[in-house]
Amino acid sequence: MAYIVLDTKKCKSCYLCLDACPKGLIKKSSETGMTGNFVVEFDDKNGECLGCKCCALTCPDLAITEVYK
Amino acid sequence: MQQVFKLPDCIKKDAKFTFCPGCDHGVALRLLGDAIDECGVREDTIAALCVGCSVFLYDFYDIDCLECPHGRATAEATGIKRARPDKFVFTYQGDGDFAAIGFAESIYTATRGEKVTSICINNTTYGMTGGQMGPTTLLGQVTTTTPFGRSAELNGYPMKIAEHIALCDGTAFSARVSLDSVANIIKAKQAIKKACEVQIKGLGFGFVEILSSCPTNWKMTPQEAHRHIREKMIPVFPLGVFKDVTKG
Ligand SMILES: Cc1ncc(C[n+]2csc(CCOP(=O)(O)OP(=O)(O)O)c2C)c(N)n1
Ligand code: SF4
Ligand SMILES: [Mg+2]
Repeated sequence: MAYIVLDTKKCKSCYLCLDACPKGLIKKSSETGMTGNFVVEFDDKNGECLGCKCCALTCPDLAITEVYK
Repeated sequence: MQQVFKLPDCIKKDAKFTFCPGCDHGVALRLLGDAIDECGVREDTIAALCVGCSVFLYDFYDIDCLECPHGRATAEATGIKRARPDKFVFTYQGDGDFAAIGFAESIYTATRGEKVTSICINNTTYGMTGGQMGPTTLLGQVTTTTPFGRSAELNGYPMKIAEHIALCDGTAFSARVSLDSVANIIKAKQAIKKACEVQIKGLGFGFVEILSSCPTNWKMTPQEAHRHIREKMIPVFPLGVFKDVTKG
């Protein structure tokens, strides 16, 4: 099962990763981050992550630090 | 299970980018860091930096950096490389820095075929100073100094940087890439690496112009900014490789 490591302390809530994930596994969470907006969360209960790195390649803030496949 | 993505060693472990939310400078820095890591030259790298949002590279990269007067990064890179030809030397500059105040330095560095690599972030504005018109501002684009939109008659046309650099005999590689989508980010990475490799092989000047968002000064969301790159910038600034001496 592929997965990503997300460091929400670096998330600036740009939400570019929401569109990048082909499976729609990244969502807005209910926690606020450094910009005062909701940070994202990785929600993959059904083990759908492809390990494609699309989210990590898109993130401008190094918040997705590792991807495993 | 295998690790398929990690952050570049070039970037300090505790680095937190200070760019605005959604700003593509962060993506460009990560790609350049990956390219330097993959070329295996991190310990031998010296950066000549600029004035503009690009300059913050020095806060995030674990390499030797020199801050240059506005626009003069390629001139300083020339000096560093000639004094220390064993080093990998690059510049990371904005459109204003590289193609306005520093255009004479930039074009002559390419013309002389200096064995350095330059990355130019084209966000069609002076980002750091609050969004004035720059050399690549699109016709019709509203900025603080073109409140009615850039007019060809009054302000001239946007400059095509990568094509100009490709015309110089000393240029080994010149390309324009974009960071608006995953597919284009992957292509951007390949071009940046190529621009680094031509320096390492001693072939001449390596250059990449990167179409990059400035959501803050464009007054757009990060998503709208990427759509703007696709719909408004790429038709004016076509993507592609304009010169590559390694290809016949
Ligand atoms: C000699 C000099 N002139 C003008 C300035 C003011 N200034 C600071 S950044 C900048 C433009 C930066 O634009 P660009 O190179 O496109 O970088 P960006 O911030 O968009 O990444 C200017 C004109 C300065 N610092 N020094
Ligand atoms: S002003 Fe523009 S270029 Fe500078 S950090 Fe903000 S979004 Fe990026
Ligand atoms: Mg700029």
